[in-house]
Amino acid sequence: MHLRYLLPGLGFLLLAVGLGVGLTLKPREIPSALIGKPVPEFDLLTIEGRDGGLSSADLRTGTPVLVNVFASWCGPCRQEHPLFMELARTTDFTIFGLNQRDAPDDASRWLEVFGDPYNKIGADLSGRTSIDWGVYGVPETFVVDGSGCIQYKHISVMTRDVLEEEILPRMRGQKHVPCEKR
Amino acid sequence: MIAELGHFAIVLALTVSIAQGVLPLVGAHRRIDSLSAIARPAAIMQFVLLALAFIALTMAFVGSDFSVLNVWQNSHTDKPLLYKISGVWGNHEGSLLLWVLILAAFGFGVATLGNNLPPTLRTRVIAIQGLIGVGFLLLLVFLSNPFERVFPVPAQGTGLNPLLQDPGLAFHPPFLYLGYVGFSIAFSFAVAALIEGKVDAAWARWVRPWTLAAWVALTIGIVMGSWWAYYELGWGGWWFWDPVENASFMPWLLGTALLHSAVVVEKRDTLKSWTVLLAILTFSFSLLGTFIVRSGVLNSVHSFATDPERGVYILVFLVVSIGGSLALYAWRAPALRGGGVFAPVSREGALVLNNLLLIAATATVFIGTMYPLFLDAITGEKVTVGPPFFNATFMPLMVPLLAVMAIGPMMPWKRTDLAGTLSRMKVAAAVTVAVALVTLYLSGFDPILAVLGMALGTWLVAGALVDIGERTQLLRIPLRDTLRRGYNLPRSAWGGAIAHAGMGVAILGITGTLSWEIEKLQIMRPGERIGIAGYELEFRGVEPVTGPNYEAARGTFHVYLNDELVEIMQPESRRFTDPPMVTTEAAIRPRNFGDLYAVVGDSNGDGGFATRIYHKPMINWLWIGSLMMAAGGLVSLTDRRLRVGAPRRSALPAKTERRPPQEATT
Repeated sequence: MHLRYLLPGLGFLLLAVGLGVGLTLKPREIPSALIGKPVPEFDLLTIEGRDGGLSSADLRTGTPVLVNVFASWCGPCRQEHPLFMELARTTDFTIFGLNQRDAPDDASRWLEVFGDPYNKIGADLSGRTSIDWGVYGVPETFVVDGSGCIQYKHISVMTRDVLEEEILPRMRGQKHVPCEKR
Repeated sequence: MIAELGHFAIVLALTVSIAQGVLPLVGAHRRIDSLSAIARPAAIMQFVLLALAFIALTMAFVGSDFSVLNVWQNSHTDKPLLYKISGVWGNHEGSLLLWVLILAAFGFGVATLGNNLPPTLRTRVIAIQGLIGVGFLLLLVFLSNPFERVFPVPAQGTGLNPLLQDPGLAFHPPFLYLGYVGFSIAFSFAVAALIEGKVDAAWARWVRPWTLAAWVALTIGIVMGSWWAYYELGWGGWWFWDPVENASFMPWLLGTALLHSAVVVEKRDTLKSWTVLLAILTFSFSLLGTFIVRSGVLNSVHSFATDPERGVYILVFLVVSIGGSLALYAWRAPALRGGGVFAPVSREGALVLNNLLLIAATATVFIGTMYPLFLDAITGEKVTVGPPFFNATFMPLMVPLLAVMAIGPMMPWKRTDLAGTLSRMKVAAAVTVAVALVTLYLSGFDPILAVLGMALGTWLVAGALVDIGERTQLLRIPLRDTLRRGYNLPRSAWGGAIAHAGMGVAILGITGTLSWEIEKLQIMRPGERIGIAGYELEFRGVEPVTGPNYEAARGTFHVYLNDELVEIMQPESRRFTDPPMVTTEAAIRPRNFGDLYAVVGDSNGDGGFATRIYHKPMINWLWIGSLMMAAGGLVSLTDRRLRVGAPRRSALPAKTERRPPQEATT
């Protein structure tokens, strides 16, 4: 038997092993795994036309915060945006924006057009921080307690129901999940 | 009742497919004719049973029978009929049923049309097709039953994802599956040939039309998906290098390679084991695509609801089918000796280069798609691979491929006088240089990629024209004779030229859009105007409209050219309630060698609306070019030698094959 005729089969064998390991990883379960864990360490610059950046230290100031992952290229973000504008107007919640993989001027233009509800914005140009947070689709929204511990994660468009039933209680300190050490 | 009949039919189909897969193989091996004879009726039976099951599921969807779990989860009484029907394959279970139905239909095709195939080869091909069917039917019957009942019966269904309620997407999956599954025939032929230990011109003649038909369907399917993304997702993109898009693109690339290498086997009786390997790989990538979409190993907007059990099952199936066929290849392929020898510079050489480049391109797409998974598996690190990777790796491979693609069809077999061939391309080269210079001038000496893309696209189109011109001796003999020659040209020559020109047109379209697109994003109040690409768009406001199962906000733009009203554009933002979701319906008008593309978004609460206006130059060329590729495939499919089928070797050996006239003279 010639070795070269075996190569395709051997290559496939490697692939199959990789796929098998891949099956056990289940990328969709990352979000629940992060609940009750401290936020991943990060330190981001902000988008064009704003001051200050966003880092994990900003999430450990004693008050609960909302972290909303958004991007100008994301259609559904537009849909949920009015809810965040409303929150910014009617409550004194701290809302942070994680701007994912956006061109700097696109993001600032987008906020100009639709309004800017964020106290601070971190520009995640590479998508690296989002991945650490287990973000796999934009938009996503996290509730982080005053000690920097992730309490809740909502995937896709924020709705009024989710806001009232899941987000607001947690922002007021209810349904608290004790924080584990990593 | 109907659901139970459907359920019964798929269980029966499973048992029939086991008989179809096992008994004829034994029969062909031991020369027991009574066992071999089971192949054809079993293949026909399997098709009939699965067609019945498919009709049953369709009836459940059309009649909104919510006692069927699958209907309840994916349909709704308010849905238009078209989407009740497309709901059948808009979910994992139903699409799997469609998949096995198409698989059975191809088996049926070989069983009923394969009279002139050598009997043992036909028996084995049908049997292998049956074995693939066993693999998928096990998954369907035990892990993805589409006829599962639900009790108590819900009054109303939960609806189909509104993004999928679109005519373009309704028929995208059937075409895609026709393509994916169509490659199963090439696979079955390859495995059967390995078992027989014989690959010859007749074999290649049989493989080619099936592969070509599958390739045409896959091309149409991919274009439909891309076109859908373009007008439905609302940001004007048409290819995202998403894992699932890549999963359909890789079999397309390999299928393209297979089409070309099968020609070499047919005409020159060489590259045999390579072609067999390609046939196996092409279908393996279709299977791999299924795994990627349905197991949830990669994240994608396209993924079906996933289930770890299914993932494990499909992986086992992949290992058995792909691993098994590659093991068979390792064992038997060394016996497949090629006949014809050829010089590196020859038609064969050009086709080998085509194959190498296509394989390399597939490999880059594959690496980009799987890298995140493997990195995660090995180091636990999570990354995403985006368009920059693909642009940097895939595009450079396309340049030599396209450059050679224009000359390849004009090169004679065995040995080519490259200077002679190139000299025939003088006109094409002149046109290409002219277009490149004009592009360079118009684009202000800026984007070098635009110049390269325009030049390559023109080169291909001009090359295809020169090819046909040469073959018909255009301008060298009276026009009448040229027309007669054109009429008598093999259809495969026409098909190849049309497909190659189509690729050129598509390249021009891609280049035009990427290089000269204009995007404007702003808040507009009713009455405001905005200028784009020589047009003035006046925003007239937004009004509510009610659709069959949605409420929409419809914006109106009046488009002016030189102060004259030329178009009215009405994009919509549709709000569906079951399930709750908002979709954008872009308004698109072909204008001025391109599309005007308008999207209206939400109100800013202050009388203004977010709007996005694009000008997408030459985007239509991409669709037209892609459809030309598919049309070229269809034309080639009507070629006499494919219609008539494979003659026996003794009747017409490959070497006395009639050649196109100019090849005989060179």
